[in-house]
Amino acid sequence: MDAAPAAAAPLPAGLQEIADDFTSAGSDLKLELLLEFSDELPGLPERYAGRLDQLERVDECQSPLFLTVEVADGDRLEDRAVSLFFDAPPEAPTTRGFAGILREGLDGLSAAEVLAVPDDAPMRFGLAEAVSPLRLRGMVAMLSRIKRQVRAKTA
Amino acid sequence: MDSTNEIDDAKIRAYAHPERLVTTQWLADRIAAGEVGGPDGIVVLESDEDVLLYATGHIPGALKIDWHVDLNDPVTRDYVDGARFAEVMGARGIGRDTTVVIYGDKSNWWAAYALWVFSLFGHEDVRLLDGGRALWVAEGRELTRDVPTPTPAQYPVAERDDAPIRAFKDDVLAHLGKPLVDVRSPGEFSGELLHMPDYPQEGAMRGGHIPGAVSVPWARAANDDGTFRSREELEALYLGEKGLSPADDVVAYCRIGERSSHTWFVLTHLLGFEAVRNYDGSWTEWGNAVRVPIEK
Repeated sequence: MDAAPAAAAPLPAGLQEIADDFTSAGSDLKLELLLEFSDELPGLPERYAGRLDQLERVDECQSPLFLTVEVADGDRLEDRAVSLFFDAPPEAPTTRGFAGILREGLDGLSAAEVLAVPDDAPMRFGLAEAVSPLRLRGMVAMLSRIKRQVRAKTA
Repeated sequence: MDSTNEIDDAKIRAYAHPERLVTTQWLADRIAAGEVGGPDGIVVLESDEDVLLYATGHIPGALKIDWHVDLNDPVTRDYVDGARFAEVMGARGIGRDTTVVIYGDKSNWWAAYALWVFSLFGHEDVRLLDGGRALWVAEGRELTRDVPTPTPAQYPVAERDDAPIRAFKDDVLAHLGKPLVDVRSPGEFSGELLHMPDYPQEGAMRGGHIPGAVSVPWARAANDDGTFRSREELEALYLGEKGLSPADDVVAYCRIGERSSHTWFVLTHLLGFEAVRNYDGSWTEWGNAVRVPIEK
């Protein structure tokens, strides 16, 4: 694919669908949708339970959030599926909601697809006026750490 | 005096203005007695840093107030005017004489901030829930996702009176040499950090503190469960260790004015200081302003 301007780089289909739901919703509905993502964020699987030291802490989030990435074995980045795991406390629902969006939109995609997600993806959900631009930096930081981990684990 | 104003808790009765603070038990009793939400009843407001937290479950009968959307002017870096404040109050069934109890997350920072804004408009009876949301949850008390529908009330258009409790940058410049309390973390005070630990950068060009400020991180006024320390402990800290006096003219500041609202509340209502102003421009303004002095 030719290098397109960063702002025009497409989102993966699943993430784009979520972005469309958010951008077409009014302010109150945006918060309701975000709450659904927060409620539905799955807990950590047994192998990570109580082992937050094996996850990476995202300091830019206003409440503690931990994440890690697993990448399936394979020869080509296009064939190696990425799995995402998050942990955030219930008293941080906005942070959980951001994690839920990324998990729903990216889990199961290939390493190549995750690495191609534009860095400004968190700004495409029309969330700035509902949750403030400052809080969105937490989601930007989560995405950059996810991509960095995928890069490190496929190097 | 109406029975709803009395509180049977020795710690709270010892404060200079005990009518500004209620316990979780007091609130639970008022809810059980049907005194919350009804006509002429108490109105309970949740004011959080996390905009979604109220929706995940809140104290039964409580309404949400968002400091960003409801209390800040969308264009000017300032609070809403009297007309908008009257709308926000009226929609929540709050009249000028209504008893309002505010609580929130993060040790009541944003609750104290909302209470301070209510005070700019001279709302007479506004109180904090000691321990905030975290204590209510820790005690296993009821939370609900039901959002009440209040009967709208008439709230008068009150003029905001900033001068007694709010300081602007020029006021602080004129105040240099008099007591200033910096309530940020030690690393922010020393200039090593430009934001509080674990928080995103809210950019300032320089790190440090306002010349002459003493460092009293806000958390020193709170117990581990988020409740305020006793009057005796607070006096030992601010009067004893820091040498402040209730007669002093004091300005408190932090990064954007929310943590210093917590300290403003402690000095004004718990210790009875008569002239405390909150500098809400705080370090995000001072650390970026041209030609103002800083100290490291």
